[in-house]
Amino acid sequence: MVTKRIIPCLDVRNGRVVKGVNFEGLNDVASPLELASFYSQNGADELVFYDITASAEGRQLFTDALKEVASQIFIPLTVGGGINSLDDFDRVLKCGADKVSVNSGAIKNPALIGEAAKRYGDQCVVLSADIKRVNGAFHVFAKGGREDTGMEAIDWIRKGVDNGAGEIVVNSIDTDGVKKGFDIEMLRAVCDAVSVPVIASGGAGCKADFVTLFETLPKVDAGLAASIFHFGEVEIRDLKRTLRDAGVIVRL
Amino acid sequence: MKIAIVDYGVGNLFSLCSSFRAIGADTVVTGDAAALRCADKIVLPGVGAFADAAKKLRAGGLDQVLIGEANRDKPLLGICLGMQLLLQKSFEYGEHDGLGLISGNVAGIAPMVGDRKIPHIGWNALLFSTPKHPLFQNTKEGDCVYFVHSYAAVDCEQSIIARAEYGALLTAAVARDNVMGVQFHPEKSGEVGLNILRAFCAL
Repeated sequence: MVTKRIIPCLDVRNGRVVKGVNFEGLNDVASPLELASFYSQNGADELVFYDITASAEGRQLFTDALKEVASQIFIPLTVGGGINSLDDFDRVLKCGADKVSVNSGAIKNPALIGEAAKRYGDQCVVLSADIKRVNGAFHVFAKGGREDTGMEAIDWIRKGVDNGAGEIVVNSIDTDGVKKGFDIEMLRAVCDAVSVPVIASGGAGCKADFVTLFETLPKVDAGLAASIFHFGEVEIRDLKRTLRDAGVIVRL
Repeated sequence: MKIAIVDYGVGNLFSLCSSFRAIGADTVVTGDAAALRCADKIVLPGVGAFADAAKKLRAGGLDQVLIGEANRDKPLLGICLGMQLLLQKSFEYGEHDGLGLISGNVAGIAPMVGDRKIPHIGWNALLFSTPKHPLFQNTKEGDCVYFVHSYAAVDCEQSIIARAEYGALLTAAVARDNVMGVQFHPEKSGEVGLNILRAFCAL
């Protein structure tokens, strides 16, 4: 049985992790390598590095940091943020990324998904969608959730998969930051629509939220979160023991 | 001891090279026949499509070099597509010849795994054949490794040294004498993966 995956997401600006605080035994919580190594040793199944840098200089610092992590941490690495072209795919894959996640870049240029899938394989292309309810419908938002594209989300995701996206990250803007659990209704709609792995993001506040997620929606493959892991509210190894005790198959 | 990682223009070797470096192995990435002959052990990596990879191996004459070295009892480890290339034939988009170092073929897993998602992607537990192969001397039954594949080795019962359950028992690793192959990615399987590479280095 393939295990359910737990994935911490690290935001990186100018090659440094933002939001990482107070980990015992860590000297430099802003160091991508130190944090990646910490998470890898504590049961993370995969890591997402999200580049929130805007400048070319910052981008270079990001790829340097990525390279350093990839040369020493041997679990799958996904990179997102600032991926707008095949050159961007190439840039991060050469530095050791295994998967590349596209969001706004695919909204601006929907052909990017197909082109990247053709060159690097479906398994390499992750479509990440920021979704929010608008008048009872699921809409795709762009620019980090600030702009309503007006596009119907399930339709957008289905098209993305048809074009070669090998994995979907569903980030619910409605539940993000609320810490009252994942957006089960939204995730169910996505799971019913596609047959590729679905990663749930947005809303986790405690261990029980992950148990509910995997128990309610067995088709969800992974749970992704950022601050609850970074702030130590949920410890990954402990979370995985809880999941195992609840009958969810995890890697321990 | 020198380990040669075969460079034949297929896939990204960054993580594989890094992982061997992390365990202190002396590696060389090469597509040169003489360098492969000089090495003590050979690793055949690969991701992508079987036909394209097989063609690239043949174009450089590396297929014959690998067969020659394997027949001289040099340890050879195929990884992912590199493992599939060790077999006789693949039925991925047609019918294509592999190196034929291990009896068996490569077929799509879709008809075998019921309603499971394709590709088989993620961490899955290793189930060993008995007796346990030396490649797994540092690995426990049930240890998880990272898989990404839509095709798998079939008709190779005699050579299977590990399986993984995914709607069916899929071939996770094969071996025949000094020739070994793993379907999963040891270079992406954390400490468990590094321990498998260490065991290969120690053979």
